[in-house]
Amino acid sequence: MKYRKLLLENVHIPGIDTFDVYRKNGGYRSVEKALKSMTPDEVVEEVKKSGLRGRGGAGFPTGMKWSFLAKPEGVPRHLVCNADESEPGTFKDRYLMEKNPHLLIEGMITSSFALGANLSFIYIRGEFMYVLHILEKAISEAYANGFLGKNILGSGFDLDLCVAPGGGAYICGEETALLESLEGKRGNPRMKPPFPAVKGLWGCPTVVNNVESIAAVVPIVNEGGDAYAQIGLGRSTGTKLISASGNLVRPGVYEIEMGVSVEEFIYGDDYCRGIANDKKLKACIPGGSSVPILPHYLVTKTAAGEDRLMTYESLSDGGFATGSMLGSGGFIVFDEDQCIVRNTWNFARFYAHESCGQCSPCREGTGWMEKVLHRLEHGHGNMRDITLLEEINKKIEGNTICPLGDAAAWPVAAAIRHFRDEFEWHVNEREQSQKRNYGLITQPSVAV
Amino acid sequence: MIKVTIDDIEIEVEPGTTILNAARQAGGDIVPPAMCYYSKLPGTGGKCRTCLVEVAAGSTADPRPMPKLVASCSTTVMDGMIVKNKTSERVHTNRGGVVEFLLVNHPLDCPICDQAGECHLQDLGYEHGSAKTRYEEKRRTYDPIDIGNKIKLHMNRCILCYRCVHVANQLTDSRVHGVLHRGEHAEISTYIENAIENDFSGNMIDVCPVGALTDKTFRFKSRVWFLKPMEAECSCTKCSGKAVVWMFGNEIFRVTARKDKYGEVENIEDKTAWICNDCRFDKKDTSKWNIIGPRSINRHSVISQGKYKTNMDKGPKKIN
Amino acid sequence: MAHTDNEPVEFSSETMSKMKELIASYPEGKHKSALIRILHLVQTEKGWVSTPSMNKVAEILKIQPIEVYEVATFYTMFHLEPVGKYVFEVCHTGPCMLVGSDNIIEYIENKLNIKIGETTTDGLFTLKTAECLGGCGYGPLLQCKYKFHEHLTKERVDELIEKYRSGKYDQN
Repeated sequence: MKYRKLLLENVHIPGIDTFDVYRKNGGYRSVEKALKSMTPDEVVEEVKKSGLRGRGGAGFPTGMKWSFLAKPEGVPRHLVCNADESEPGTFKDRYLMEKNPHLLIEGMITSSFALGANLSFIYIRGEFMYVLHILEKAISEAYANGFLGKNILGSGFDLDLCVAPGGGAYICGEETALLESLEGKRGNPRMKPPFPAVKGLWGCPTVVNNVESIAAVVPIVNEGGDAYAQIGLGRSTGTKLISASGNLVRPGVYEIEMGVSVEEFIYGDDYCRGIANDKKLKACIPGGSSVPILPHYLVTKTAAGEDRLMTYESLSDGGFATGSMLGSGGFIVFDEDQCIVRNTWNFARFYAHESCGQCSPCREGTGWMEKVLHRLEHGHGNMRDITLLEEINKKIEGNTICPLGDAAAWPVAAAIRHFRDEFEWHVNEREQSQKRNYGLITQPSVAV
Repeated sequence: MIKVTIDDIEIEVEPGTTILNAARQAGGDIVPPAMCYYSKLPGTGGKCRTCLVEVAAGSTADPRPMPKLVASCSTTVMDGMIVKNKTSERVHTNRGGVVEFLLVNHPLDCPICDQAGECHLQDLGYEHGSAKTRYEEKRRTYDPIDIGNKIKLHMNRCILCYRCVHVANQLTDSRVHGVLHRGEHAEISTYIENAIENDFSGNMIDVCPVGALTDKTFRFKSRVWFLKPMEAECSCTKCSGKAVVWMFGNEIFRVTARKDKYGEVENIEDKTAWICNDCRFDKKDTSKWNIIGPRSINRHSVISQGKYKTNMDKGPKKIN
Repeated sequence: MAHTDNEPVEFSSETMSKMKELIASYPEGKHKSALIRILHLVQTEKGWVSTPSMNKVAEILKIQPIEVYEVATFYTMFHLEPVGKYVFEVCHTGPCMLVGSDNIIEYIENKLNIKIGETTTDGLFTLKTAECLGGCGYGPLLQCKYKFHEHLTKERVDELIEKYRSGKYDQN
């Protein structure tokens, strides 16, 4: 498949992280174009035309999100970039920021102009402190060259850009928790409404966008929304960064054109080159740990027997019964030796650890599920525990303040849906399952 | 005024009213329970999820149902909205789920808890709880700590409603306790022992829906249902001096603010009648109070003795 | 949760000037926003975040100490107890587990003769586990002093421990 990379095109150019090299390679053209020849509304219009959908996981159209921003007279507005990439399986934003920091900064300037924000932030997870320093260096270069600060390029537009770190909390990837954290508080998600577009950072109208979404604004403004919409397939326009991890020959970050087949992505020479150590594919989580797991027979084909493609629509084909979601593009692959129960417990532990503890279904439910799964995985489970898990699941899902509850419930529900036999095996064959834990035997799996 | 229908009862309310407050205006048993929302404390609500209701129609303009159950304490009504609370099977099931979650780590130590008899979790457990627990794990435990020298914090019983944090923020000049850690390890606590006394910190006890914060001066003295609540007043320079004294014979065992049927401190002359710590903790002598007369108890819990028994006879509550 | 340690604490002039600069970068009245980054600075200087340090931060930001405790205990990167000079935080979430993080953790435990959460007797190393560090394609991995060490094998771990022990990572 022939396509041009839009975001990672230049990452291999030596010195691309410096202003001069970035500029020589066509950097900051979108800022010039937008500030000198476009109105803010025209920029928003291009983003709408591009069909760009939020790359953080929810897939909400970015242009529409921007058009919801309240614009009361005399109240400052803010753009906040969500660089709190913490979804297990996702590491694309870190790669992008580390390799090509000016692309994000360029996107921030152009997007801030479109939204009328004069003080914008990049909120980055605390673990990425070294990336924060890379971004700050790039920001100071942008200031020195007149792309940030007062009266940028003589257009009369002022913008200050700051980077703020988190301190280790997955929940701060939820936009209102992120805003709380940015205000120096605990990352407890806020009750919605009001949405950030009306009351966000310090009570001001705020747009929160993922790193990749903001970076994508650069090619959209440079080449036009229509041109961007030509790339991809149907309503899944443009290119998408996919973080591939797990038992693959070549894991890593790939920029794909939406519409590549999942088969091509896993086995193709341009992508992951198949399953590591000549093993077979057992299962795949296509969009980060929060989305439902797919058993091998639903990974490359949909239930209807069509090719599964890397698009929002195709990955969710079949709903939760036989489909999943593109999510944040965290593509996790399991080989035949992996234990689904162990993995489900592992993710349940993650969500229990990351729950903010504010609302009761999530606080108590995630911890409870973790303990039940721990029991099952370690050979102390009963058949009724499997039913219990399903019931806890249903009581969490949809009843929490923020989507973390759903994110914790879906993977467990899907694992039981597709791999019930493995859960039952852990109950019926306790000794065998414990041997497998210590690598003494491999799972006699029915799924492969 | 806008129209909203809750459990087939039509009510007219001011725009901006929440579903919960609309239901409270109508009164009766269509009112959803609330463990964290407290109408006198701005910023509370949304956390416990016991007040979840089903919105069968969003508004006249957009009559689509809302896909998820919503927290009635923080969702405002729209004209033509149709809400189902006790008429919804879904609400009943999910509220039962929330109650189960609230109880999994609760010590169920009602027999030695001072809150028993006026505990909202007890009420909820009675209405929605199951007789058996499905929780086989070890419950999390904390040592009780003192918040100042008059308030005892039993974190084991806490449901993290955050009400006491709001009381400290809104009624006192410096907050010394708060929510530490996160997830299931989140706890109300303080790093400061023997915190400086504040005139209104005792109101935390009144807002606590469970027995997490209790009055040390009343600790293990009696059960609330053995006491006679009497409306009383005193001349106090710090607060309104309007309170309820809880008596056994001629002795005052404890003093609380006057609470309404939702367990909230009443408004007297348009002001919430919070009481000061002097009135609450130090005036246990009948001579300090002008005792007006018996306080009527409009309650649904163990404290209204006979009723508890009748309900038991009838068996668990069923949906219509 | 009560801590009785009340000894006053001072931060270096370098840390203090960084804090002031940070506070000044926020709009008037929004200085509390600097809190998380200030806690990172404190941890960088002191190695961990003690109660007296938090009290001092509260004083600098003119907020109540409880507001600092609430935040410091929410975010898992802050060490609220003394730790070794180097803290190895090994990611043990799904994708890393798939490529063998459990073995790496066990190997480090045996190598340093400590369990998860413990510190070596010489006070050099503390071993902790961390939830997803955002390097899933490069696992197993660990983080130490904001540095990522990826594609860990037993040999790489040996080498890493040696380098830390000899102070090779102490520059910059």
